[in-house]
Amino acid sequence: MTVLVTGASGMLGRAVAQHLVAEGRDVRCFQRRPSGVAGAQDVLGSVEDQAAVAAAVRGCAAVIHLAAKVSFTGAAAEFDSINVGGTRRLLDAAQEAGVTDVVHVSSPSVAHDGTSLVGAPAGPAEPGHARGDYARTKAAAELLALARSTPAFRVAAVRPHIVWGPGDTQLVERVMDRARRGRLPLLDGGTALIDTTYVDNAASAIAACLRRIDAAQGQALVITNGEPRPIAELLAGICRAGGVEPPAWSVPGAVARGAGALIERAWLASGRTQEPPMTRFLAEQLSTAHWFDQRRTRTVLDWEPSVGIDEGFERLARHYSHRA
Amino acid sequence: MVALPGVDPSWSAYIDVPSTSGADAPGSTHRWHYLDNGSDIGPVDRPGGGSYDTPGGEPSVRGTLLCVHGNPTWSYLWRSFLAAGREAGWRVIAVDQLDMGYSDRTGVFRRLAHRITDLEDFVAAVGITGPVVTVGHDWGGVVSLGYADRNRDDLAGVILTNTAIHQDPARPIPAPLRLALAPGVHGLGTRTTSAFLDVTLALARPGLDRDVRHAFRAPHRSPADRQGIANFVSDIPAEPSHPSYAALTATAEGIRSLDVPVLMMWGPHDPIFSDTYLEDLAVRLPHADIHRFESAGHLVQEDAAAASTAMDWLAARSVGAGAPAGNGPSRTAAPYVPLGRRIGELANGPEGSTTAVAEMSAAGPPRTLSWRELDDDVAAVAAGLTALGYGPGSRVSLLVPPGVDLTVLIYACLRIGAVIVVADAGLGARGLSRAVRGSAPDVVIGVERALLAARAFGWPGRRISSAPLSAARRKALRVEASLNDLRAARPGTDSPNPDAESDAAILFTSGSTGPAKGVVYTHRQLSAMRDAVERTLGLGPGAALVAGFAPFALLGPALGATSVTPAMDVTAPRTLTARALADAADAIGATVVFASPAALRNVLATSSGLGSTGKRALARITLMLSAGAPIPVPLLEAVQDLVPAATLHTPYGMTESLLVADIDLDGIRAAAASGAQGAGNGVCVGLPVHGTHVAVSPLDGTGAATGEPGTTPGVTGEILVDAPHVKDRYFRLWRTQQDAARTLPWHRTGDVGHFDAEGRLWVEGRLGHVVTSAAGVLTPVGLEQALETVDGVRLAAVVGVGPAGTQAVVAVLETEEAGRRPRLAGSSLAAAARTAARARGVDLAAVITVPTLPVDVRHNAKIDRARVAAWSGRFLSGGRTGSL
Repeated sequence: MTVLVTGASGMLGRAVAQHLVAEGRDVRCFQRRPSGVAGAQDVLGSVEDQAAVAAAVRGCAAVIHLAAKVSFTGAAAEFDSINVGGTRRLLDAAQEAGVTDVVHVSSPSVAHDGTSLVGAPAGPAEPGHARGDYARTKAAAELLALARSTPAFRVAAVRPHIVWGPGDTQLVERVMDRARRGRLPLLDGGTALIDTTYVDNAASAIAACLRRIDAAQGQALVITNGEPRPIAELLAGICRAGGVEPPAWSVPGAVARGAGALIERAWLASGRTQEPPMTRFLAEQLSTAHWFDQRRTRTVLDWEPSVGIDEGFERLARHYSHRA
Repeated sequence: MVALPGVDPSWSAYIDVPSTSGADAPGSTHRWHYLDNGSDIGPVDRPGGGSYDTPGGEPSVRGTLLCVHGNPTWSYLWRSFLAAGREAGWRVIAVDQLDMGYSDRTGVFRRLAHRITDLEDFVAAVGITGPVVTVGHDWGGVVSLGYADRNRDDLAGVILTNTAIHQDPARPIPAPLRLALAPGVHGLGTRTTSAFLDVTLALARPGLDRDVRHAFRAPHRSPADRQGIANFVSDIPAEPSHPSYAALTATAEGIRSLDVPVLMMWGPHDPIFSDTYLEDLAVRLPHADIHRFESAGHLVQEDAAAASTAMDWLAARSVGAGAPAGNGPSRTAAPYVPLGRRIGELANGPEGSTTAVAEMSAAGPPRTLSWRELDDDVAAVAAGLTALGYGPGSRVSLLVPPGVDLTVLIYACLRIGAVIVVADAGLGARGLSRAVRGSAPDVVIGVERALLAARAFGWPGRRISSAPLSAARRKALRVEASLNDLRAARPGTDSPNPDAESDAAILFTSGSTGPAKGVVYTHRQLSAMRDAVERTLGLGPGAALVAGFAPFALLGPALGATSVTPAMDVTAPRTLTARALADAADAIGATVVFASPAALRNVLATSSGLGSTGKRALARITLMLSAGAPIPVPLLEAVQDLVPAATLHTPYGMTESLLVADIDLDGIRAAAASGAQGAGNGVCVGLPVHGTHVAVSPLDGTGAATGEPGTTPGVTGEILVDAPHVKDRYFRLWRTQQDAARTLPWHRTGDVGHFDAEGRLWVEGRLGHVVTSAAGVLTPVGLEQALETVDGVRLAAVVGVGPAGTQAVVAVLETEEAGRRPRLAGSSLAAAARTAARARGVDLAAVITVPTLPVDVRHNAKIDRARVAAWSGRFLSGGRTGSL
């Protein structure tokens, strides 16, 4: 039985594919660039291409869908086409091809309205309340996916929260880079508790979801390490792993949120396409608590994270010291 | 009626009621609005009789609560009672009194007598049969009592909330009502504008939601709609000449013979119906159960869990049809020898001229009384109190520092059956004031400073000063006598010994775990406390003790032991110096010392001030006792150096049961080294003392103590005690008492702990401080002890933040190098703390350092973890946080 993994060129997608290969599964990867996953078959293409998607799912029994546009910026239509349209195309093709199980990889931001999350449950996806195009389209995609779930075509959604690990360009390397240039402040002293997910844990949870699809189908489950830490400690851990001095200066969160909104608008108005240095969303992420109740996730998936946060930092340090 | 928050639309009903009231022309009919949950609770009573048994034999309805609102509210006030009654099987009918709410505006001035008749007319028309419990608030309390007094056949109970039945003609009515009645204000404030209504609604604590406020206002929008409000205010009989005074007095006197169960629920923060009125009702209905919701105000239904308390009370008091008989096994009792018996025995024996009590002072020689002098003085003061009209049941608030005068007053009160009320000045002015006010004393006996506070805070009761005062001072402080005046009164007939089961004392808790609670002891229980101390610690005639710890101080004369109070500021135990302790010990040749942990810390800190006499005096000490808070072993070891001949005991107890378990320093060391199953994870407090049964009620996954009481080693639960010297109840805290005594014969202490295989008890913290993480239930003390071994940590608090069951565990550390502001611990301290926690299987989400952790005033040792937890929750959720 072959499992299709979409978006396997990203850090998490690659880790999932590798994990499944290690479990002895037949794995096919589908993305625009080569995944580089040893032991897996690579099919190149875009989720915006119906024919390519149909070809990719042919012969597969299960699909793990990670491909998405992950960004703070970009045209709304692009997010819609990739995140919502891509998911719909994939589900259509999968049903057509006789796939029985789908794990849709979503994000906790689909249920997040910008306030603190303290031991929070997963909560329903709400495209109408989402912050930004990414969260809005991921919310719509999750609703779309879960609505398809039936006993014959089982769909579950998992929402890994802040996935990090060696080679992570989204968070880890960005943090190291900014810290190196002295552009990484703490907001409000960095005391907000944040729960994160070491990449191997996210991968094993996604694999577990496929294994436990009977119990998980129709549900959305947040995945984390279950080890909330003050954001300052997380940033310090990442910086130390990269051999960079951790941030020691703090700005008020309210100021950063306001400034973030301004910078974001000015940046976008200037027509630049890279990430702005600070966005309102990022400022919120860095100054409000985000941690989750993991009890349902662990019961439903019959899963525990295998890499603790401190072990994660050590692995990160080994990775970057080899590269240095 | 329109849809309103909290009201099921099906409850709203109207009925046309023929009036028999003298206010109306014969043949008048009024349309009443009322709320009735009857259709929710299955087959209800049938007008014209008939059974309301269901085929199963169980009555489907326990009876009817007849709820009467006051001014200016309406039946909406009772919505929580309708909902709670639905669950508990009570039909709840809440009327809108005529001219109020959605009932008819009759155009007639309805006085109290009319309103009682109106209610009878309503009940007859609706056709309530079966047991009736009247429920009233404010002026509705009077109307409902008038109904209850005249309709006793079906009356099964009475529930009252912030109301009054009697206005002492000698005293002015409360100022806000005087204002509302003032010419020019009355019509404007109550009818023309909605000021009276708005002010009343603004009394809610915390404030009402907008939609609820809106609902209360809805039927009283226009001046015409508010005529009833104006009339109600006018109908307050402020003086005997008022037309409603007779009706009020008839009810006030009539209810004295009510013999049904009565519950009074009170919000003390009420500018009108203060504790004075509660006390008046309590005297008229002495069998009433009373619960004061400490933080609630006039609208107690809005502020506190009044409805659920009412339902619990109905069940506990077996009110209504089909109620099971209540009451489990009763507590252990003991044979009774009055507490003061030994004073008389010693006074009349060969030791009569030896020292009974001594009081050290910073300046001058100690003041002492022999046993004979003490006995005479107690008799004289008792006679003086009797002459002033105090006797059995009088509550006497004693605000006198430990010493000779306090000793004399305590035993004088006990001799005449008066109830001593003892609250610690360490509660702080506000806490103390709350305690004194809540205990409704008949008289406050105090030092000048206490009497000044009594005046400033308007405490109830008459005043007696412990020291002589100038005439001007006496007048200013309303002092009618001094302690010396009492002594000079002509001895009257000797009062017989008070009944063993009557109240003897109300001792207030330290308030380190919420507002201080009054703990009531009967004479039998106080005597049992003496016996437990005597048996456990071997203290009796011939012993000489330094009483540096208040609760034990009162027991010295009862034990027949010579006792001395050292020179110190009792409001702050940490002011006891080594020198003062040694002087006190030397003065009576003491062999025993009682001192709090905070006092011992200061004794150690000042031990360099000891001369050779002082050292010799301390070397004679053979028994040193410290209680009230856990004491670390290093502190005990340092104390041992000061009192080399003494065994060091750290008995475990609480205001509700002064002695539960006991252990000495050697025992603590042996326990730590024993390796017995269950040893560790907490503070070892030793074996239960003689005659005391201890068990734990295991915690469930939510941290609630729901398990069957047991003594299985290693099983953590709430610590339960049963002993003859356990308190009788909490004072005017019916609900709290009900909760603490819900598994009779046990008193639930609110502490958590476990036994080890050798029967020793280990205390793990407070039930309310248990952390419930996803990994399981965690008690704080064991981990705090481990964290306190980490370098640089002076004191540690372990708390949970986030929702129960998935809390993040947080360590808040008071460190030697903490800056002035709270912050996240540095990486090496955080790592060390995490390692210590991980060794115990706990993941710490955050490690915070603070300059100081909040501790209780009395012991300077018990951490206010609830406050630390709430603060940590804010600190770790982002945004700005003040200091802890």
